Amino acid sequence: MNHTIDKNSPRLEHVAPPPPTSAGSVPARTDAGLTSKMWVEDLRAWFGATEVLKGVTLPIAEHRATAIIGPSGCGKSTLVRCLNRMHEVVRGARVTGRVFLDGVDVYRPEVNPVRLRQRVGMVFQKPNPFPAMSIRQNVLAGLRLQKSRADDEDALVESSLRQAALWDEVKDVLDRSGSHLSGGQQQRLCIARALAMKPDVLLMDEPCSALDPIATAKIEDLIHELRTRYTVAIVTHNMQQASRVADYTAFLYLGTLIEFGETRQLFTKPADPRTEAYITGRFG
Amino acid sequence: MIEKPYGTAAAVQHASPRDWPPDSRLNPGPERAFRAICALALVLPLLLLATLLGRALQEGWPRLSMEFITAYPSRVPANAGILPALVGSAFLMGLTAVMAIPLGVGAAIYLEEYAGSSRLTGLIEVSISNLAGVPSIIYGLLGLELFVRAMAFGRSLLAGAATLALLLLPMVILAAREALRTVPHSMREACFALGADRWQTVRRVVLPMSLPGILTGIILALARAIGETAPLITIGALTYVPFLPDSVHSPFTALPIQIFNWISRPQAGFRVNAAAGIIVLLAIMLLMNGAAIWLRVRFERKLSS
Repeated sequence: MNHTIDKNSPRLEHVAPPPPTSAGSVPARTDAGLTSKMWVEDLRAWFGATEVLKGVTLPIAEHRATAIIGPSGCGKSTLVRCLNRMHEVVRGARVTGRVFLDGVDVYRPEVNPVRLRQRVGMVFQKPNPFPAMSIRQNVLAGLRLQKSRADDEDALVESSLRQAALWDEVKDVLDRSGSHLSGGQQQRLCIARALAMKPDVLLMDEPCSALDPIATAKIEDLIHELRTRYTVAIVTHNMQQASRVADYTAFLYLGTLIEFGETRQLFTKPADPRTEAYITGRFG
Repeated sequence: MIEKPYGTAAAVQHASPRDWPPDSRLNPGPERAFRAICALALVLPLLLLATLLGRALQEGWPRLSMEFITAYPSRVPANAGILPALVGSAFLMGLTAVMAIPLGVGAAIYLEEYAGSSRLTGLIEVSISNLAGVPSIIYGLLGLELFVRAMAFGRSLLAGAATLALLLLPMVILAAREALRTVPHSMREACFALGADRWQTVRRVVLPMSLPGILTGIILALARAIGETAPLITIGALTYVPFLPDSVHSPFTALPIQIFNWISRPQAGFRVNAAAGIIVLLAIMLLMNGAAIWLRVRFERKLSS
């Protein structure tokens, strides 16, 4: 199950067939029993007049981690930012194409991006906890925005921080500002903050690029665990990281999806010469 | 002891920096001259300021008393006080703040957080920067025409405060925008990604983080407004007010007008009064600036605790 992507490729259907376009239909299943949680269809994105994504079609498998790799400027960050409609927050940014979440095109006019972002959480490249809030308030920030209260907020804070493997380090300083934490801890706080929303999908945009190797290892372990409970899409420029954490890998080059497949196959037997050139370090 | 293959210390210690190639920067002259010019640029204004302050203190300090602050103006210099001016200034500042702060901060939030970058917003931005540099007497003329006559506020506190608010608006907008811009874009993104709309992002994340800067800007603008004389004279603030303002419609005077009035009198006694008035005005401005610093430090500490 390793192949170059083109829109007519029959074998892509094996990974996960595209979901029906109407809302509310049953998500498609693959032969292997995998569901594609999200489905990107002919996605094009622009910054001003520059086209950064030139028609990308890609599945995001449920309860799996999908890595998006590629050289700088290939559009991989833009791709994940289109999945929760964060791309359009930037001035001059534009998108066409379709992105399905459980069979619903999230770019349909009646979809409120605010609601979408509650279901599709995001962790950014640079840790960005809110400095004016305590650790506890940071974890509950998303909930507060919805003006809702959990039945047991203490339990939610604890479970979110535990899932982010941060609880033991911060349980005694929950009321202090998150800006005193180390970079790796801050990033795990941001993960906890995203998890507290109980999202369906967790998008990670180079979550380790600002971190040292030990903090990186912690986050990678975390992704490995989280992927079974959520659906993870992670952008990384680090190929070792992709091979360590991801079940599926997509190779993006100059705004085009060159190859998509199971991670091991993509790294050991790439079908496209450009993929091979990139993973062997000949460009990028 | 490190030996071969690195050689011995003695082998590398024979050289002197004098053997280095010549460098024109070795001449210390220009460096010293530049430093002296910069120091002069600092000392000269400080000296002028100190002289001014010293003269005012020397002349006015003996005149300062509770009586001076609580007395009404009088034809006899020794009996005259600044109570109506002080109260007028306080009312004026309060009203001005009520008008200028919501408008100014609101405009800044709109420009920074909501408005796209079109030719129109660019034009508005340039206009605001220009308005901040327009002489205050022009605002006085505008206030006279608009508030005193067209809106029929008369020569009241309301007209004065509205005029000063106009004068402050560009300054408040500029300061608030500057403060909003210090909030990193990543903070807004983090908030959006949690499912916040723009208002929630502004309310929960951007405003708390930029509050110290906005408050400082507001206080500094108010501190400037409290010393404004020209626009108030233009709209016809009184110079002799033997009563306290009892509503926003009552006529008023303000500290700088009282001082201006006293200085233009021939009697020496009034000059002493003016000096004492200046001391009071300066003290108020110092207090306001101190409050600005205190607020900034306090909020910054709160942010990082």
